[in-house]
Amino acid sequence: MPAVQETVEQVRAIDVDQYKYGFSTEIEMELAPKGLSEDIVRYISARKNEPAWMLEWRLDAYRRWLTMREPEWARVDYPQIDFQDMYYYAAPKSNAAPQSLDEIDPAILETYKKLGIPLREQEILAGVAPEKRIAVDAVFDSVSVVTTFKEELRKSGVIFCSISEALQEHPELVRQYIGSVVPTTDNFYATLNAAVFSDGSFVYIPPDVRCPMELSTYFRINEQKTGQFERTLIIADKGSYVSYLEGCTAPMRDENQLHAAVVELIAHDDAEIKYSTVQNWFPGDAEGKGGIYNFVTKRGDCRGARSKISWTQVETGSAITWKYPSCILRGDDSQGEFYSIAVSNGAQQVDSGTKMIHLGKNTRSRIISKGISAGRSQNTYRGLVSAHRRATNAKNFTNCDSLLIGNACGAHTVPYIESKTASAVFEHEATTSKVSEDQMFYCMQRGLTQEEAIALIVNGFVKDVLQQLPMEFMVEAQKLIAISLEGSVG
Amino acid sequence: MNAITPIRTPAEQALIGAFGALRDTGPAGAALEGLRIDGFSRFEASGLPHRRVEEWKYTDLRAMMREAKPLAGAPDASALLAAKVAVGRLPRVGGSRIVMVDGFHAPDLADGGSLPEGVTVSGLAEAMARRPDVAALLAGQPATRGNTAFALNNAFLTDGLLIEVAPGTEVGHALDLVSITSDGAPRLVTARVVVVVGAGASAGIVETHVGPAGVDYQKNVVMQVVVRDGATFEHGRRQIEGDQALHLSTLEATVGAEAHFDSLTLTTGAAVSRSQLFVRFAGEHSDVTLRGVTMLKGRQHADTALVTDHAVPNCQSRETFKHILDGEAHGVFQGKIIVQPIAQKTDGRMMSQTIMLAEGPSMDNKPELEIFADDVACAHGCTCGELDADLMFYLKARGIPHKEAEALLVEAFAREAIEDFGGGPLAVVEELREAMLASVTEWMRART
Amino acid sequence: MSLLEIKNLTAKLAEEDKQILNGLNLTVEKGQVAAIMGPNGSGKSTLSYVLAGREDYEVTGGEALLDGENILELDPDERAAKGLFLAFQYPIEIPGVGQMTFLKAAINAQRRKNGLDEIATPEFIKLVNGRAKELGISQDMLRRSVNVGFSGGEKKRNEILQMALLQPKLAILDETDSGLDIDALKIVADGVNAMRSPDRGFVVITHYQRLLDYIKPDVVHVLSAGRIIKTGGPELALELEAKGYADIVGKAA
Repeated sequence: MPAVQETVEQVRAIDVDQYKYGFSTEIEMELAPKGLSEDIVRYISARKNEPAWMLEWRLDAYRRWLTMREPEWARVDYPQIDFQDMYYYAAPKSNAAPQSLDEIDPAILETYKKLGIPLREQEILAGVAPEKRIAVDAVFDSVSVVTTFKEELRKSGVIFCSISEALQEHPELVRQYIGSVVPTTDNFYATLNAAVFSDGSFVYIPPDVRCPMELSTYFRINEQKTGQFERTLIIADKGSYVSYLEGCTAPMRDENQLHAAVVELIAHDDAEIKYSTVQNWFPGDAEGKGGIYNFVTKRGDCRGARSKISWTQVETGSAITWKYPSCILRGDDSQGEFYSIAVSNGAQQVDSGTKMIHLGKNTRSRIISKGISAGRSQNTYRGLVSAHRRATNAKNFTNCDSLLIGNACGAHTVPYIESKTASAVFEHEATTSKVSEDQMFYCMQRGLTQEEAIALIVNGFVKDVLQQLPMEFMVEAQKLIAISLEGSVG
Repeated sequence: MNAITPIRTPAEQALIGAFGALRDTGPAGAALEGLRIDGFSRFEASGLPHRRVEEWKYTDLRAMMREAKPLAGAPDASALLAAKVAVGRLPRVGGSRIVMVDGFHAPDLADGGSLPEGVTVSGLAEAMARRPDVAALLAGQPATRGNTAFALNNAFLTDGLLIEVAPGTEVGHALDLVSITSDGAPRLVTARVVVVVGAGASAGIVETHVGPAGVDYQKNVVMQVVVRDGATFEHGRRQIEGDQALHLSTLEATVGAEAHFDSLTLTTGAAVSRSQLFVRFAGEHSDVTLRGVTMLKGRQHADTALVTDHAVPNCQSRETFKHILDGEAHGVFQGKIIVQPIAQKTDGRMMSQTIMLAEGPSMDNKPELEIFADDVACAHGCTCGELDADLMFYLKARGIPHKEAEALLVEAFAREAIEDFGGGPLAVVEELREAMLASVTEWMRART
Repeated sequence: MSLLEIKNLTAKLAEEDKQILNGLNLTVEKGQVAAIMGPNGSGKSTLSYVLAGREDYEVTGGEALLDGENILELDPDERAAKGLFLAFQYPIEIPGVGQMTFLKAAINAQRRKNGLDEIATPEFIKLVNGRAKELGISQDMLRRSVNVGFSGGEKKRNEILQMALLQPKLAILDETDSGLDIDALKIVADGVNAMRSPDRGFVVITHYQRLLDYIKPDVVHVLSAGRIIKTGGPELALELEAKGYADIVGKAA
């Protein structure tokens, strides 16, 4: 694990409170008028040249949203959000359907380059071995700026494009699946998203196709006072497989920005979707000023028999995280997994977990959650495991461990375990402890500094989850964790 | 927020009416009036708790308590006589027996000799009028005060018992406290017992809650316990109410420094029951163990809701609860360990385990940790499932019939929560453990 | 200049009042193996923890000079960087942290402090494998998490492996013989003996003389009630074994 060394280097190289991705890009933007109304919904839909049914769908969601209340049950605390004081659509002006990378504003390309996300296929090819290629959909504020490797993916029948494009090119697929996992009525933020979502990624893997490369979306909030509402829809048809990665960053601003995304996954018979997230939105400064409100609804539907959906998340950013990637285990013998690392420091608040809803027979689920709280942060695991009457022989194993660093933070565990089936076997275990003084002393006696020792021990603590990440992300995630914990000791 | 006029259910309306009638008749226990008014206003504001109230998520009292029965009055001579016969059939577990009928102390039904030296039993209303320190004992911890069952108990409180163990007293045998509901038209019984175990004293109480079968009476009991510094208190509880009863109970314990509190509840009775435990550590270097075995069949519903509040450093808590569910019964366990910011070196462990004996039951678990201090070791675990198929096979392969094998495994399962109960100085504990294990065996035998 | 010079050291557990070390004086020269023997509760482990800088202990007086420099104010990692190594009586388990990761991190921490580049992976693996083989540490043990699932003997051998890789100036072996059978004891002793050199000193803390049959001390100190009460040659250890501690402790008191 040479990454530990890199981790430590990173920690040393960066001053406290310095968020690596905190720069902003100067670029001319087209903004919809501030605020939210039916007109704005119509504006967004019109800008995207959407079919009439899509507009109706959005308006229906908008009207319903007006009757809904913000949820209050999560252990997060933030001032009232003024939904009229933000922009719901922001797009780079020059981005009028670019045909090639050469037509994209160089400032945007530069931004992604700085973030370490290569968008030029030839650069990717030059850099790494072919089997390590990753296709990227880059979303800049409200719109997708480019999707790489599209042509090559198309050869194997895989559709990977922005959801705006999918609405033009494959409206029947979008119409069939959108809202079928997270309905427009689902919850306050998901309903808001349905009304105003601006872009996101769309993936369709045809039957019996193993997606030839990792797919990934890179989200970047740039503009001030904008909400980012992206919607991702991934369909794995019978017998197919796809691994999908998601990364997020935002500039450092002293205002709070709202990110309310919806992700829907559908796995048909024998299909498998692996969805990984490294969430590193700007967390706010040490005093808790600024940062992203990350209110996200992610849900996978194991619709077919023997299907499998696996969520892996590394959550280090955002001022507030409110996120419960879930699995509906509808198909018999289907499987759901949730692997999570949630690190909170400074004044961050995390309320995250999962739901595993066992509906089909012989369904299996597994939850491994590692929470690390430092500084003055509050870190809550909230999860539901349930078995319906029909879900005979369902099995769940849950392990959620919390680690506390410093005496001003909090770690909380709120699991709901509901069984209506005798043959369902549920096992749940949770522990909370601090970084062991014995382990710290042992490492330091061997010459490691306090920060090195913390990084090493924490990396050990989260190892079971890190191993679930694709190789490229694992190293990145390790670095992120160490950087996030920086300044937490001493 | 707009003031929303709540729609009152018939039960809520009846409870509001009953309070008005109680106030108008100017009942005994005027000293308790302040408590009654406070309890009532809290109830009036919240109404009966329902599933959207997180603490009552799995026990929707508004739906389960369709109507409120008339308040039980003091038992008359014939009721006392009937109660005496019924209580006499209950084998005594412990030393002196204290009896409450319909929530009222019945000194004539006492049994098992005079109270041990150092133990005094007084009427609550009388003690409250006489002594200024009693009000604080009744006030309740913040978490208890916000609880609707507790508020209702306050609202209808006319009297109760104050049991005090003098400092330094070692009571060798536990008190056997029987709380019986008399036969006849169903009533709403409100009972309150306050126990103070003086510094350095050791004592125990075994509560038995019993009532007639086939009568849908309602009972709301509160026991408040103060375990002073260096004291030991062992608490056993048998909830064997009649099959139609609604039973709400609240056990509140405030545990001083270097004190020990151990509690074991066996629940087999009532159609709907909820057992609430609020434990707060008020002094360092103390330990608390809470245990329970709940056995439900038919369409019984039982909820155990506990909060262990580590408000001081260096304390240890253990919670072990077992559910054995048959028929279409519904079991609920909600446990929360809170570790306050100053409560360093807290050691807390909570375990909830369920065995389902049929296809029909359901079990809801919510084991929570809420931790604000870093130097702690806390854990909770939860399992739910059928009897282990391999173990069943092994026993049957040795020639043990199916039913018997089930009983053996269930008894072993229950025993884990029962067997190391107590461990303190009380001679009665062994007796209680045996009685509880016998109840488990009996329950398994009675299954059809 | 002596390698280690402890002058009038007093120390106690941070949370208790009772002094455990009561004006301890001890000198260890370069190239020397000094055995410290003493009955239970005499302060043997306290001495090793205080020298290594464990936080639970509070130094209330005196000093400890390593190569003439007082180390008592330094953090544990700084003491390690100065060449002090403690073989723990009870090595700590660190779940999830691989042995190789840990060893490499420790070696590189030391190299960085000495202004060296980090060790190249092939060189590192070769180095570890070589030492591990000598100590009978299997590849499987190297693949596991630090000390997790190791037997008592495996943990002790692992301590010696770390010592061999870090090549300290002063190695303190805290009851390294406890929990070892005779074969394991030989392996550990061979590992230590192989490292004896004119530049390096050892403090071998033990309750029993047995270990000293395999690691021959140059000098034997007897620790009692937090002070060195007697110093002699290897024959002192034999005398202790024959007569027991009570005799010597009694005389000194």
